Amino acid sequence: MTDLSNKTGGTGWNSDHFRKNLARRKRSEKRFQRIGLGAILTALTLLAILMFSIFSKGYTAFIQTSISLDVTFNEAIIDKDGTRDPEALRHANYTKLVQESLRARFPDVEGRSNLRALFGLLSNDASDTLRDMVMANPELIGQTLSVELLAGDDVDMLNKGYIDRDLAEDNRRVKDKELVWIDSLKEEGQIVTHFNSGFFTNGDSREPEKAGIAGAMVGSFYTLLITMLLSFPIGVMTAIYLEEFAPRNKFNDLIEVNINNLAAVPSIVFGLLGLAIFLNVAHLPRSAPLVGGLTLALMTLPTIIIASRAAIRAVPDSIRQAALGLGASKQQAAFHHVLPLSMPGILTGTIIGLAQALGETAPLLMIGMVAFIADIPGGINDPATVMPVQIFLWADSPERAFVEKTSGAIMVLLAFLVLMNALAVFLRKKFERRW
Amino acid sequence: MSFYPFLIALLLLSAAGYWFGSKKALGAVRQSTSFLTPRPHQFGLFVAIWALLPPLLLGVFWVVFQVMPLQLDAGTNQQIDRVFFPVLGLLAAAGGLFLAIRRIGPDLKVRKSIEAVVFGILILASIISILTTVGIVFSLLFETIQFFKKVPMSEFFFGLNWSPQTALRADQVGSSGAFGSIPLFTGTLLITFIAMCVAVPLGLLSAIYMTEYASDRFRSVVKPLLEILAGIPTVVYGFFAALTVGVFLRDTGSAIGIDIVSESALAAGFVMGMMIIPFVSSLSDDIIMAVPQSLRDGSYGLGATRSETVRKVILPAALPGIVGAVLLAVSRAIGETMIVVMAAGFAANLTANPLEAVTTVTVQIVGLLVGDQEFDSAKTLAAFALALVLFIVTLCLNVIALVVVRKYREKYD
Repeated sequence: MTDLSNKTGGTGWNSDHFRKNLARRKRSEKRFQRIGLGAILTALTLLAILMFSIFSKGYTAFIQTSISLDVTFNEAIIDKDGTRDPEALRHANYTKLVQESLRARFPDVEGRSNLRALFGLLSNDASDTLRDMVMANPELIGQTLSVELLAGDDVDMLNKGYIDRDLAEDNRRVKDKELVWIDSLKEEGQIVTHFNSGFFTNGDSREPEKAGIAGAMVGSFYTLLITMLLSFPIGVMTAIYLEEFAPRNKFNDLIEVNINNLAAVPSIVFGLLGLAIFLNVAHLPRSAPLVGGLTLALMTLPTIIIASRAAIRAVPDSIRQAALGLGASKQQAAFHHVLPLSMPGILTGTIIGLAQALGETAPLLMIGMVAFIADIPGGINDPATVMPVQIFLWADSPERAFVEKTSGAIMVLLAFLVLMNALAVFLRKKFERRW
Repeated sequence: MSFYPFLIALLLLSAAGYWFGSKKALGAVRQSTSFLTPRPHQFGLFVAIWALLPPLLLGVFWVVFQVMPLQLDAGTNQQIDRVFFPVLGLLAAAGGLFLAIRRIGPDLKVRKSIEAVVFGILILASIISILTTVGIVFSLLFETIQFFKKVPMSEFFFGLNWSPQTALRADQVGSSGAFGSIPLFTGTLLITFIAMCVAVPLGLLSAIYMTEYASDRFRSVVKPLLEILAGIPTVVYGFFAALTVGVFLRDTGSAIGIDIVSESALAAGFVMGMMIIPFVSSLSDDIIMAVPQSLRDGSYGLGATRSETVRKVILPAALPGIVGAVLLAVSRAIGETMIVVMAAGFAANLTANPLEAVTTVTVQIVGLLVGDQEFDSAKTLAAFALALVLFIVTLCLNVIALVVVRKYREKYD
């Protein structure tokens, strides 16, 4: 073949015009491809920014600052009569004990407001810690021990570097005198940090350093349990009916259209339904996981039905016909053969639906699960809150320390979601059958 | 008798029925040969079902009875609740059990009667989804009618002023509040529009790249990563919008001399768009995949490059489907709650400026219903009217989108 490409000013396909045109089209092709890739990268960058902003704020929620102090369990303060009566010990003035040990550490602090600032270094929780110690072991009375006490949220924030020391004193939460005390404690090695186990064992609290997500986790568990117990059987039964038994008629078409539409109803509308039906008509308890679970079950139902139908439809007809040929009834074919074969797909869909329900907030706001609840719920009728709602509540709190708690709670919630989705993927990979 | 012992007694009774029924059937098998079609455990099931069904029906009456506002004194009520129903329930169970066991014999079509019951249960389960819709429509409609008795419809749909705060005392000036919902609708549309400006280009271009350019390996890695965006709870997006994006926009704005409030429509809309990207991209992905390969091959055969094929052949062919996908995304954005509750404002503000704070329908529903609810005040009822509008609008969008997409699919099937 003759090589024409080196010649310029040719005619036809080889003319300057066509060459330029081809080069332009190739450039435009490249550009288009880059724009597409750019779109994907932008979306992924946004995801990365979101994750980074949560994680960089949140990881400190798993660390807690304590102050280690020498505490004298002064008998004159906590057990004046010397009876060691548990009831008297329970109601003794442990706050005084904490204050005394702080004053012993900083003997030169005088004046009411200065002292109040000094006592503010420690959390209110400190006196409870001491009480628990004494209740557990009354022998301690009269001794002097080095005890690690929970620091207040300002000290905690300063220690984690969230409070800027260079700021003007008026704009700073931690004043100069407090900085002096904290630095002196730090020099002596009395400021210690630990893994924040209280974050996983405490209920909600107005004090950021004491607030934990245990209550919300238990609430989420009960709510999700109710959701699962209702939506899984009902969803699977509906899917079986529609796929295996329903004759094509107006009524079954109505059910089908209806399910598709329910899947797209905004979640907040389900909250209003729950409010109107479960609270106002049926008078079920407000703020309870029972009502939350019922509402979320109605919301999750379409997801489960749609996924289950797809799984059931994927089972080939030959299975049904073989069963029928061996004398099984239609129901036996469906329940003994089709259902077990489609179970992995159904379970995958159910887990994904439940993961959605776990992250859902809006409908639960409507049925009163936003109340401040410090106790860990003991059952499905106790007032409770759930993890996303807890995140919402903390995100609204003004204290700086709650920002870190919010991010920390988000990290835990995301961990649960990742776990559930990983389980779904595992089930699909492990048991999926291609026919 | 309280509930749990009653339930346990009932279950024990039906378990005994199961055991006795299968036993009797087995015994009968030994005597005759024409008695073999159903298996013994089916006779057991038959008896157990007959032991459970009558008390179950009675239980429905029980619940209805408790919900009904009957004027009975507490003592009688408790008597009926504690003694009458449980005893009647156990009697009914025993009666059903007895009759069922007596019926066991060669003529009993046991499989058929069990299957009839199972079929009934399946239909009942399917009806629950219809009941849900009916429940939504009626509960919203009922309260909305109450609302329109207090506030004229013309004010709600055409009023420009929204301030639902009712005064503490009824005789105070302006105690009725103002319920003009136009600012809410415009606010919702503004935020939705911003979200679509983010989500549609990014989602659509991602889908095009994924289907037309990306290798299988790239797809298998990137697609799940994008789906993560859809799996993140909305409350997390709300937190991100309020604390990161909102603050960032405000600081950037003040650095270059533009006044941006930290609750701007832009922040909420942008983050909402971020959430919707995977929704748009996976829907358009399906739709672009459905364009027949022959169209592509024809275009390549005429010498078109890939991008020319996409722009001049695939996109026009897929347009109806993509419109449907965008409509679904719009309906999702309109109904989205947590992002706007956390990142948009509460004050109704009639403006088209994305740098100012606006409020949306969902924000107001939450604002009106969280806290004290009085179902006789227009303030609480207004939430239901707004929700009904929201429900109808999203429903219409979905129906239109589904019809469009179905038509589109049929075209290429």
